[in-house]
Amino acid sequence: MTTLTRRSFGALIGASATTLATPGLLRANSTGRLVIIGGGFGGASAARFARINYPDVDVTLVEPYPTFVTCPYGNLILGGKRTLPQITHSYDGLRARGVNVVQDRAADIDPDARTVALESGASLQYDKLIVSPGIGLRWGAIDGYDQAATEVFPHAWMGGDGSQITNLRAQLEALPEGGVVGLAIPENPFRCPPGPYERISMIAHYLKQTNPTAKILAFDSKEGFSKQGLFEDVWAELYGDMIEWIPANQDGRIVAVDVQNKLFISEFGEEHRVDVGNVIPPQTSAAIVRDTGLANDTGWVPVNSRTFEADAARDIHVIGDATIAGPMPKSGYIANSTSKTAVSAALADLTGGSAPSDPVYFNTCYSHGGEDYGISVVAVFRATDDGFEATPDSGGLSPRGPLSELAENRRLEARYADAWYDSITRDMFS
Amino acid sequence: MTRKQLLAVSLLAGIAATGAKADDRTPLLAQSCAGCHGQSGEGMGEIARIAGYDRTAFIAIWEEFRNDERPATIMNRIARGYTDDEVAILADYFSSIE
Ligand SMILES: Cc1cc2nc3c(=O)[nH]c(=O)nc-3n(C[C@H](O)[C@H](O)[C@H](O)COP(=O)(O)OP(=O)(O)OC[C@H]3O[C@@H](n4cnc5c(N)ncnc54)[C@H](O)[C@@H]3O)c2cc1C
Ligand code: HEC
Repeated sequence: MTTLTRRSFGALIGASATTLATPGLLRANSTGRLVIIGGGFGGASAARFARINYPDVDVTLVEPYPTFVTCPYGNLILGGKRTLPQITHSYDGLRARGVNVVQDRAADIDPDARTVALESGASLQYDKLIVSPGIGLRWGAIDGYDQAATEVFPHAWMGGDGSQITNLRAQLEALPEGGVVGLAIPENPFRCPPGPYERISMIAHYLKQTNPTAKILAFDSKEGFSKQGLFEDVWAELYGDMIEWIPANQDGRIVAVDVQNKLFISEFGEEHRVDVGNVIPPQTSAAIVRDTGLANDTGWVPVNSRTFEADAARDIHVIGDATIAGPMPKSGYIANSTSKTAVSAALADLTGGSAPSDPVYFNTCYSHGGEDYGISVVAVFRATDDGFEATPDSGGLSPRGPLSELAENRRLEARYADAWYDSITRDMFS
Repeated sequence: MTRKQLLAVSLLAGIAATGAKADDRTPLLAQSCAGCHGQSGEGMGEIARIAGYDRTAFIAIWEEFRNDERPATIMNRIARGYTDDEVAILADYFSSIE
């Protein structure tokens, strides 16, 4: 035992499970083996839900990072309202619930042998596999934007070890007086549709206090965006002319960057010098689902709308940002909500039951516009035979109107957003 | 453990304690609320506790949310997304938790 690292210990548990349980023996004294790839919004929620609701099932969670840094509330670090430790979560709560947390990266999946090969060389046997690996960045989609360039122009669009968001924050702190902050915003589909606009607001919130003559240039590859009217109200009400949003039809699409000279280069060749640059690059699904053929040629994974089983393989359920699930957004709440249906469907199948009937998927995305200023979008989605649909006549956006009339509503939504964050992260990690 | 506690525990544990009844919609439907109202409706920060809510009041309040007859930042938009049958399931569930 003394020579075993935590990593090989985890792998061994997985390996020893191989000898257990044929489906017929399942609920007698255990066990089915649920392996989950990715310990983020979808994966951690799935692991916790499975342990609580199916205590007889062995749950193994594979995640390369020792802790999880949420993207939600990362923008509040930029706004000076949160610190990194406040959005960093330990896997100890899941361990205490009996989840076997393996700190490793899934390198390959063999759907016939039902094994997951890990980067360390170990392999895990599963009866059911849940995959929630999130997004990948499309390197090369913006000329000159590669791994090294992320140090100069951070994306801060994946939690990772937290260094991307703190890098961006440090650069904002060092912005020269009256300096220019540039953002490059991608086309659809991408993770968290309102995210870039909350980020613009939080950067403005910070600069308004420390550097009020600074400018924010938001270059967008689109001509419209999520909660647009609400965000435009925020910007006009709180930040005056600090923010300029440049849509695609005004040459807002950034196609190249020059990190040496700190340039954003537009589709029509315009060069914009920025003091601080945040490049949110075009996205695809994480490598593990593209390399294993679970994604189709769109780069995203088609799934069954009631079970989240991947079209391409039996016993593999894919959830979260990696999937094709429009009109549902790529959000943490959707990853959390759908994870529970995926677990129920996968494990019902294992125990001879049927998939959950009439699943309902839930989304709320809160955004912070400034101090005591919250706005939200809500939708209740349902599965159809070939996808998903929003329940008619429900959901929608926070009301619009003059701040003088809505100040209390905005203040309350900001507090409820904080409660949402605490609640959903407990639903993942506690 | 009293019978009531046992019931509460098995409801919290959802499907498993009663033996994977996948066609019971309760645990999954109620999960959508957990993201704001806490794990078992115990409330979180400034969002109200809904565990142990009186069943009749729950259904009445839901109707008020639906019709914008009760002050709300968000529940009005949420309430319109659920059918009467689903509201009854939610009311049963949350009223039965201590
Ligand atoms: C700035 C910003 C703000 C946001 N705000 C909100 C918000 O307010 N509300 C909201 O609902 N959503 C929000 N989101 C979106 C939310 O972060 C994502 O939708 C959510 O993280 C998706 O969950 P997921 O499980 O698909 O991916 P993730 O949460 O990213 O988890 C994927 C995990 O898989 C791991 N992984 C990847 N590859 C492998 C592999 N091969 N082996 C093992 N592990 C692997 C990764 O390390 C990661 O931990 C925001 C996003 C951003 C960028
Ligand atoms: C996005 C966060 C969020 C979600 C998800 C949510 N709620 Fe609420 N709920 C609130 C807020 C905020 C209030 C206070 C009223 C308001 O501002 O809309 C509230 C109020 C309520 C109340 C009234 C409490 C009281 O005594 O005044 C009930 C009942 C309720 N919610 C039930 C539910 C149920 C059931 C669900 C799941 C279907 C749910 N809520 C999902 C945020 C949420």
